Amino acid sequence: MSLDVSLRHDLGALHLDVDFTAPRGVTVLFGRSGAGKSTIVNAVAGLLRPRDGRIQLEDHLLLDTGSGVNLPPHRRGVGYVFQEGRLFPHLTVRQNLAYGRWFATQRKARADYDRIVEILGLGDLLTRRPGDLSGGEKQRVAIGRALLAEPQLLLADEPLAALDEARKGEILPYFEALRDEIAIPILYVTHSAAEVARLATTVIALQDGRVARQGPAIEVLGDPMVTPAGARAAGAVLEAVVSRHHIDGLTELDAGGVPLFLPRLTRAPGARLRVRIAAHEVMLATSRPQGISALNILPGTIEAMRAGTGPGMMVSLMTPAGPVLARVTRRSAASLGLTRGADCFAIVKSIAIAPEDVGGQITQPGPSQS
Amino acid sequence: MTALSPEEWQAVALSLRVALWATSVSLPIGIFVAYGLARWEFPGRQLINGLVHLPLILPPVVTGYLLLISFGPTTPVGQWLGQFGIVFAFRWTGAALAAGVMAFPLMVRAIRLSVEAVDPKLEEAAATLGASRLWVFLTITLPLILPGILAGAVLAFAKAMGEFGATITFVSNIPGQTQTLPSAIYAFLQIPGGETAALRLVVISIAVAMGALILSEVLSRRIAKRVAGK
Repeated sequence: MSLDVSLRHDLGALHLDVDFTAPRGVTVLFGRSGAGKSTIVNAVAGLLRPRDGRIQLEDHLLLDTGSGVNLPPHRRGVGYVFQEGRLFPHLTVRQNLAYGRWFATQRKARADYDRIVEILGLGDLLTRRPGDLSGGEKQRVAIGRALLAEPQLLLADEPLAALDEARKGEILPYFEALRDEIAIPILYVTHSAAEVARLATTVIALQDGRVARQGPAIEVLGDPMVTPAGARAAGAVLEAVVSRHHIDGLTELDAGGVPLFLPRLTRAPGARLRVRIAAHEVMLATSRPQGISALNILPGTIEAMRAGTGPGMMVSLMTPAGPVLARVTRRSAASLGLTRGADCFAIVKSIAIAPEDVGGQITQPGPSQS
Repeated sequence: MTALSPEEWQAVALSLRVALWATSVSLPIGIFVAYGLARWEFPGRQLINGLVHLPLILPPVVTGYLLLISFGPTTPVGQWLGQFGIVFAFRWTGAALAAGVMAFPLMVRAIRLSVEAVDPKLEEAAATLGASRLWVFLTITLPLILPGILAGAVLAFAKAMGEFGATITFVSNIPGQTQTLPSAIYAFLQIPGGETAALRLVVISIAVAMGALILSEVLSRRIAKRVAGK
């Protein structure tokens, strides 16, 4: 299953011109507000008719302005989780969940319904009405409702943006579980770096209506040339395995042979994780520092450098754990004599790695299944 | 107060029949027009809106006269309808037509407000879940505007019960045929000693009007609750 999108559309100041492919797994459309993310998902859902474009889901043509094909939303087989949930207020949770199922062409087995209700923890909510639910509960119901319509593709437009931090932390693991358990592609819109780092298998970085870069999440997020949500939100993602928990409250990870120390995690040893390292939390040193409190020191080679318009500079370092982004001042870069190909050390405080930047196991995009 | 005379009963029964028919026949049209005015952009939208509201603004006599020259027995429309056995002139059906036309703006206004209160985003969400436009309307829009529809119907019913000017102009004041409650009150007031009978009918009119207003108020209050999902 994969989704091919090619769109051109004008909407106010936005001139959208994108071509991309979303394979199995979570493809995140990442960029600032106004970059065209929502316009793209609305066009895929059929809620917006683009000036010019072609959208194909596996061998199912959804839109082709060239030959005049434009399937209405209800015939696209595309599930949509909206930012505001959009639950039907006059129906109970159970009826909301049943809504899409009722229109689905082939009713799936009861076991499937039970599984989705269980993954999303909806069992206790079934008899309640949307007006009595918390924001997080509403979003879980909205996700379940979209999935039970048996979509061939799931769209999610900033599904966590309307929630507070605690609720976000409550929903993110459900999306991680979906990514790893359901076979359909998920197209996920966000401007949150933490969500990208935790969920994305593929990242489409959008800038002013164009695709600035697309590819596997680790590569795109580690590229200093692409900071779609701004330099402040930049940060590379490392994949690591939990080695052991120390009695002083730290958890030791193994990232490509380099030990990483993080504040205590609840995962058992052997669990595979993703860790986002915010670029502004990384210090660089030209020699291995001695007598320093920071616990994480990653040796590496400078791959690329990009100066911004301000005093900052984005440096990417290839380490055994993967690419690491560091945001330093141009003055420091000059005084240290940083250049491409130079060896140096990235230093990260354990405490600087926030719990919301650590995500669960990820499955690599496998061969597409049909 | 003494019991109603057969003549007075006749007027009350006729009014009820006229108002029921006027309301039930115009309701589907009213829902369609209200939905269209609230949701569709089309050329001539303002014209339709104006036409719908015209009976509210025109003197009822003018509306009645317009009905007479459109649906009278000698007009082309009247003769064409006559071939199918539909005759409006000087029949209770004409009273129902006049009442329906006069009540239509009130009905459309109430329903239109409730359609505008429904978030189109919910209808979009239903479409992404596989519902065609008709199903979206039947399963999402219609249940959410039901309180507005009921409120509009109640208002229209009350208006139809009390319609006088257009009715008397269009179909005259024939006891047992076109003499509705207000026409009967008017007729009783024209004859000496008819005040008591008129008063009894006035009390009935007030009761029906008040009942309808209160019912409509209660129903419209439920709109907010329903849309909030409580």
